Amino acid sequence: MKDNKFLTLGIETSCDETAISVVADGREVLSNIISSQIDIFKNYGGVVPEIASRHHLENINGVLDAALKEADVTMDDIDLIGVTMGPGLVGALLMGVSTAKAVAYASGKPIVGVHHLNGHISANYIQHPELEPPFMALITSGGHTEIVQVDDYDKLTVLGGTRDDAVGECYDKVARVLGLGYPGGPKIDRIAKEGNPEAVHFKRVFLEKDSLDFSFSGLKTAVLNYLNSEKQAGREINRADVAASFQQAVMDVIVKKAMDACEIRNEKKLVLAGGVAANSKLRAMLDEECAKRKIALYYPAPVLCTDNGAMIACAAYYKYMKQGPDGLDMDAYPFLEL
Amino acid sequence: MEFKRIVTIENEEETRAFGMELAKNAVPGQVIALMGDLGTGKTALTRYIAEGLGITGRISSPTFTIVKEYHSGRIPLYHFDVYRLAGDNDILSGQDISGEEGRPIRERAMDELFNIGADEYFDGDGLTVIEWADLIEEALPEDALKIYMEYGEKEDQRIYKCTF
Repeated sequence: MKDNKFLTLGIETSCDETAISVVADGREVLSNIISSQIDIFKNYGGVVPEIASRHHLENINGVLDAALKEADVTMDDIDLIGVTMGPGLVGALLMGVSTAKAVAYASGKPIVGVHHLNGHISANYIQHPELEPPFMALITSGGHTEIVQVDDYDKLTVLGGTRDDAVGECYDKVARVLGLGYPGGPKIDRIAKEGNPEAVHFKRVFLEKDSLDFSFSGLKTAVLNYLNSEKQAGREINRADVAASFQQAVMDVIVKKAMDACEIRNEKKLVLAGGVAANSKLRAMLDEECAKRKIALYYPAPVLCTDNGAMIACAAYYKYMKQGPDGLDMDAYPFLEL
Repeated sequence: MEFKRIVTIENEEETRAFGMELAKNAVPGQVIALMGDLGTGKTALTRYIAEGLGITGRISSPTFTIVKEYHSGRIPLYHFDVYRLAGDNDILSGQDISGEEGRPIRERAMDELFNIGADEYFDGDGLTVIEWADLIEEALPEDALKIYMEYGEKEDQRIYKCTF
């Protein structure tokens, strides 16, 4: 406790980022350190975050110190340690979980394991202090495309997900064949603004009637086939038009499914989470469709869309308040289901 | 590279038949390495191998998590996609754009693979299928079944060149 506030330390290492944050009373961010976004590591030895646990190992103590220092607290002030326990890369997850357990054991503070996707959803509690469950959530990122019904802070039900590629993955791969580079999401989003979304028709894959699942693998192949056939015909490719048409095909499906989910469950609140929540086309289309249906749309600031410790601290805080602590025998689960 | 078998696949149904056959012959500790560009059907073929093993549930792309495990079939399936092990680099061009000079992409990818514990999977009690295996070819077991997947002349046609 500090200034009569309950302090949660949130640790996130499920993928590329080593991220640690201190959050007060579940929603007030005191510090939010993300390894790729600070320069101190580049200054001593050029540690570029990659997916290996080795990089988390090199980063994690420095990130922890920086998170405590920026929040102007010490471990004594911390009341709870929250950590991502899955899903993710096993080696990467283990670095976070082992660190959390070591700190919990040494300090005698309680520990709580958090599902990574619940973390992403919880980023919205930080952004919007008035937001409370129930609501519908749409999670779109490099690794996830899910529609989740949130009935309470710790009661989440997956209504639909991708059957093949995640939407962010599809963006990265299409960006690659268009020669736009990595990461694909922002690059396609940017160039698509100069293109005609109706220039090329790519089939929208809605799957079975009433299904809230997604399939993006066929769309990726359709873009490849289009580019190959244009090349063979000797025609010049307008990358902006292809990017705009591809993006339209993706977003038409995502927006329709998100609206269907709200309608089926009669939800009047829609919450966006994950990296693709920063996509301008997705936001514009959802703004319009939600306004028509009088659905309130929530999304986090870009820094809270990417992997971060604050969202994990927030999710851990609410889980602890509902269910109490986990044991020190908690573990990393690379294939954890929601 | 010497190929024992070159198969022309005309449609999805033939992909399925090919995957089912691989599954039927699969034994614990076997590694199937899929090499081919985007859209040649690596994930689709893996999905049919999974079906052939009797695995129920969704087989989604493991690109993000590098590996996914499935335990509901005749033997476990370890589905790898090593695409992201190249970091921000373009796998096929081999061009290193990350600025970490002096460390070739392949060498780094191999390090990452080791960190994930891939060798334990390869020698494990299940079938390992690896997408984008070109990137980690040096790390593959000697007896890995390699399939080079290429586009055919027609839109849906694919050529599988097999080393077995």
